[in-house]
Amino acid sequence: MDIFMSTLSALTQGFANLTWQNSIMIVVGCVLLYLGTAKKIEPVLLIPIGFGIVLGNLPLAGLSASDEGGVINILYKTGILTELFPCLLFIGLGAMIDFGPMLANPSVLIFGAAGQFGIFLTLLIALALGFGRGEAISIAVIGACDGPTAIYVASKYALNLLPAISIAAYSYMSLVPIIQPPIMRAMTTKKERAILMPPGEKKSSKTVKLLFPLVAGIITILIAPMGAPLMGMLMLGNFLKESGVVGRLVDVSQNALTNLITLFLGLSIGASMLSGNFLQWQTLLVFALGLIAIAFDTVTGMLLGKFMCFISKGKINPLLGAAGTSAFPMSARVVQKEGQKANPRSLLLFHAIGANTGGQIGSVMAAATMLAIMSKLVH
Amino acid sequence: MDLSFGLTMTFWGMGITLITLGLLILIIKLMNKIYPYKKEDDKKD
Repeated sequence: MDIFMSTLSALTQGFANLTWQNSIMIVVGCVLLYLGTAKKIEPVLLIPIGFGIVLGNLPLAGLSASDEGGVINILYKTGILTELFPCLLFIGLGAMIDFGPMLANPSVLIFGAAGQFGIFLTLLIALALGFGRGEAISIAVIGACDGPTAIYVASKYALNLLPAISIAAYSYMSLVPIIQPPIMRAMTTKKERAILMPPGEKKSSKTVKLLFPLVAGIITILIAPMGAPLMGMLMLGNFLKESGVVGRLVDVSQNALTNLITLFLGLSIGASMLSGNFLQWQTLLVFALGLIAIAFDTVTGMLLGKFMCFISKGKINPLLGAAGTSAFPMSARVVQKEGQKANPRSLLLFHAIGANTGGQIGSVMAAATMLAIMSKLVH
Repeated sequence: MDLSFGLTMTFWGMGITLITLGLLILIIKLMNKIYPYKKEDDKKD
């Protein structure tokens, strides 16, 4: 009888240890799974994250990111705490990105700078709300509209906020087509949005396309060495692509590597979302501030766009300013769509993609500079 | 509020980003002048 009762007790331990906090987190995980599968919102991220949340919050399963020796703990320690996963993802991103439109018309790079101002405005707000320095910069980097960059910074300075920051960063990237258009319309007249720009006919040579990742990588890393892991991997991936001689490496970077790391990254971040660090008012603030960061990015980008429109005497469509974020290629597509709504003959995509790729470089530079300053302050 | 930290980050963060991208613009324009696009580049693809 004793053996019978002991066995029964052992078999029901899971249920006995399930708390209401675990249950809420499991529901949160299921919500993300629903958004990913039924609504198809960033399924490649939300499904691994959602499942990771469910697995990590099942009691006694040993599958949370903090359960020493568990399979997800190993992934978390190897890929998140070492900042390895975001860097490997950037190889894939570099292998997929085409800097051609930007290289043909390099002036659009300046939009990539304006599109980062929201990061710093949000940093000030986060500090005003009482977040510490490391937490504030980690939250502000959500405005970079770049998941790997946000994870990279948060894993250095705000591990406790990493799950919320990751979900906010990736979710808002996919919500750019909803966040940006109202701001773009509010800041421009229909006449401005309807400005026609000649379709991009300029091209850059293959030599320039090949040299750019090498030259840009060296220069940006010399200026901000703390950004080397991200910038270096981005430019490596792009160099592989532009070299044209390592098709296998490009193929694996674009596909197997990116997909595998995305799966492991999502799973380990999801499994780090435990009730203790997620069910707090700070999480809501993180989501709110992330949204503010991206909105500010759009506002400051649009302000530059309007200024460029003014000094070019109406030749530059101010909508291009909204493409200076790192949400590639969503922002570029939004600009194209809004331009065409105002003028069906408008073809802004080529120019917008140039600005968008500039935003990619700008966001890494902004994050690298913040990391460089933080490292000096800490040490 | 840690205002001096925030303003320092903003000043240097935006400053370095602007300077770096400005420098890249100049370098790219220089590279485009040294290695201009040729129609043969399309054929190589």
